[in-house]
Amino acid sequence: MDFSWIFSYWPLLAAGAVQTVLLLVISVVFGFILAIGLALAQVIGPRWLKLFARGYCTCLRGTPLLIQLWLLYYGVGSLLPMIPGLRASFLWPILREGFFFAAVSFTLNYAAYEAEVLRGALLAVPKGELEAGRSFGMSSSTLLRRIWLPRAVRIALPTIAGEVVLQLKATPLAFTVTVMDLYAVAYKVRQDTLLVYEPLMVVTVFYVCLTLIITRAFKVVEAQVPVRR
Amino acid sequence: MMRSAAALLVEDVHKSYGQHEVLKGVSVSAQNGDVISLIGSSGSGKSTFLRCINFLEIPDRGRFVFGGEEVLMKPGREGRAHPANWRQIERIRTGLGMVFQSFNLWAHRTVLENVIEAPIHVLRQNRREATERAEALLSKVGLYDKRHAYPAFLSGGQQQRAAIARALCVDPAVMLFDEPTSALDPELVGEVLKVIRGLAEEGRTMLLVTHEMKFARDVSTHVMFLDQGRVEEEGPPAQVFGAPLSARCREFTGSLSH
Repeated sequence: MDFSWIFSYWPLLAAGAVQTVLLLVISVVFGFILAIGLALAQVIGPRWLKLFARGYCTCLRGTPLLIQLWLLYYGVGSLLPMIPGLRASFLWPILREGFFFAAVSFTLNYAAYEAEVLRGALLAVPKGELEAGRSFGMSSSTLLRRIWLPRAVRIALPTIAGEVVLQLKATPLAFTVTVMDLYAVAYKVRQDTLLVYEPLMVVTVFYVCLTLIITRAFKVVEAQVPVRR
Repeated sequence: MMRSAAALLVEDVHKSYGQHEVLKGVSVSAQNGDVISLIGSSGSGKSTFLRCINFLEIPDRGRFVFGGEEVLMKPGREGRAHPANWRQIERIRTGLGMVFQSFNLWAHRTVLENVIEAPIHVLRQNRREATERAEALLSKVGLYDKRHAYPAFLSGGQQQRAAIARALCVDPAVMLFDEPTSALDPELVGEVLKVIRGLAEEGRTMLLVTHEMKFARDVSTHVMFLDQGRVEEEGPPAQVFGAPLSARCREFTGSLSH
């Protein structure tokens, strides 16, 4: 076992961890926002919107994330330069990076999974609690903001925690579109030093630590509303 | 002398589910301080009627006046009439504190948060003042010590008393009780009825759907017996319970050992 390389590679490891965490946070936050819309569309939307949201979730949950990522990166990515003026715009430095495509595809994919979880949770909120809100004169938006959504998120929290951990473990796919995430660093160390196991073990520790942090954070949030057993 | 507008005037309410006509023209009017009990067997339409009053069920037809303000209705299909303006309904609902059979406290909020929710987020009241009033109301229903507990940790009787405090905190012109004790264990019914009796004695205007006949007879100023979607008998409690004119009502009140 040789871990002497760590001393020269730790800045790269730290940068990789930052990329991984960024991908996770961006996709979870924006995916969640998107998921709220998709879930509501399925529960209370008009028929055409319902069908669209359901179709979206089925397609994105039904295809491998790797393929979605590549379709976006090689497909849409190769079309972008053809948009007049885009290459000259201030957005181009972001749009040409693999990180952008990884973040977008992870977000879209996460949203599809989360929307299904939220849809179920929205339907699981007792009807009586919504009626109570209405009976006090709450408008639909107040009811959604104060009762329906927070209540549904509480119901879904344990499942969401699991989904976030799964999302963390999907991030190494970003490596295939040139993102220098944790896994990419391990790959680079192997190429440079011909060590196979040591770098993998080190990034494994990183992933486990991140998972522990995620589950801890969700425990804290869940504990805010104690549940009677 | 000018007579003040009735707290509530509801006329000729009709409601059907498909072919089944649940309400066939029910009316009620309440002056301030009236305690009106609605009694009748299951399926008589009394709960549906109460829920039509604050539009949790949308009546097919009817005239609704709250404190002199008439609900605007617009004609719908098949001679039906629906509320024309949901904003108006939402505003009127804030004056109708409802207490449900299954309590319906919001499980993700503490007792105190449940009570101050509508004052703050619907009536836009100041948080500090709402909290002070809520704490006073919780003391009144004997739950001050439980104000930071979540509903799941309370007994049914405590939950219902919290729900009554929640309804009181919007200072409603009329309170609507939908079988408030029907979901309670027998030994918990008393504590809830005691709170409701206290409100009746204070002169709160209320409509009460109940199966507690003795209680209805004691606290009501007016009793309505509903049968198959119609008011079969109504009047002062002494008449409805003591000497009902309708055979159906005599049968119903007579079958209850009291």
